[in-house]
Amino acid sequence: MSWVADNAGLIAALTLEHLRHSVLPIVWGLAVSLPLGWIAHRWRLVRSPLIVATGLLYTLPSLALLPLLPVVFGISALSELNLLLALTIYAVAILVRAVADGFDSVDPDVRRAAVAVGYGPARRFWGVELPLAGPVILAGVRVAAVSTIALATVGILIGVTNLGYLFTNGFQRRIVEEILAGVVAVALVALLVDLLLQLAGRALMPWTRAHTAGAGRAAGALA
Amino acid sequence: MNLLLEALAWLLSPERLEGSDSLPRAVLVHLAYTFAAVAIAAAVAVPAGWAIGHTGRGREIAVGLAGAARAIPSFGLILLLVLLLGVTNKPEAALIAFVLLAIPSILAGAYAGLEAVDRATIDAARAQGMTGWQVLWRVEAPLGLPLLVAGIRSAVLQVVATVTLAAYVNLGGLGFDILQGLQLRRFEQVLGGAIAVAALALLLDAVFALLQRAAAPGHLRRAGRGPASRPLVGAPA
Repeated sequence: MSWVADNAGLIAALTLEHLRHSVLPIVWGLAVSLPLGWIAHRWRLVRSPLIVATGLLYTLPSLALLPLLPVVFGISALSELNLLLALTIYAVAILVRAVADGFDSVDPDVRRAAVAVGYGPARRFWGVELPLAGPVILAGVRVAAVSTIALATVGILIGVTNLGYLFTNGFQRRIVEEILAGVVAVALVALLVDLLLQLAGRALMPWTRAHTAGAGRAAGALA
Repeated sequence: MNLLLEALAWLLSPERLEGSDSLPRAVLVHLAYTFAAVAIAAAVAVPAGWAIGHTGRGREIAVGLAGAARAIPSFGLILLLVLLLGVTNKPEAALIAFVLLAIPSILAGAYAGLEAVDRATIDAARAQGMTGWQVLWRVEAPLGLPLLVAGIRSAVLQVVATVTLAAYVNLGGLGFDILQGLQLRRFEQVLGGAIAVAALALLLDAVFALLQRAAAPGHLRRAGRGPASRPLVGAPA
């Protein structure tokens, strides 16, 4: 534990960098995925090519995607932007499907009821469809957030410093504690962000609380 | 665009076929680690996943494990294990890391496949007088096979990606060209290596997509509604 105590400042600084390298791609990924996922939900013909295309991007190993992106976007392979773009693409690959599934899960009768009481398309989207798709989208965001945080560590291989620095530095200096501290810090950040997302979901979608508690009881009764 | 041509020239150069770090050799090393790790992981995770799916007990473990595994950075796990087990045991240490990373996807696939089987089908099998083992072997396992293959597919892709990262500890495989190129600022080599890794991953994905289709029972295939293509368990690595 002495290494951790001696380097608490370094770990804290790297954690902050790490958060920045993870939160930006998650936010960007969601901003791209909401319209794309809605389009995939709305137009069946677009859906499968879109899901297949994002699925293929998800298939690419990070160390392959990182050198490929600069060819497409004309940025430096050894830049922070390259890491952020790669992580955004992985987030989009997870989120487009979650968003499409989320909108699919909205009961058509509820949508028709909203039309019947006079909701226009915009108000229906923001007031009815998006909130009801929320729980499924949130589940996707949680998956995307946790894997983005774990994956951001590969940034160190293209010279972008975050908690991944503890891996390579610890390996070069043969300090087991340093690598372990990095792994634990990444996992803790991931679990913390996941917890925050869960709490945000409960605050923004209070109806899911009662619903999940009921479902839990029902499942318990069946088992 | 120029860089892309240089990368292709690098890939297709006759030099790629020479030496101990030749491209075909790197592909073989990459595949050997991937399949060894996935086979070992499957030997552990398939019986465990089936036990969970068949009995319905311990599903929290499978779900929790898949969730927790996503939070573990695979690159850090490799370096940690190599350092802990000693650099002389590098291949073993890396293999252990790959196996650990492959287990959650396969476990989730095995368990989800069994859970997706219609309860009425299982009740019917029991009503015919099938024993628990017969239900598992003749009903649940075949019907759950597509989702199991989907789980193996995510595991394979995740391990392929992780083996690439493991080039950092000089394990060989296709990641070596990328990492060496990054260090030497030889970007045509970096891009060439990246294209090779991407091609390998896409090829394996296609093979497993076909296997997944072949694993679906005939009537499902004809109806054109195969089960969910890929469970969201694996994380990119």
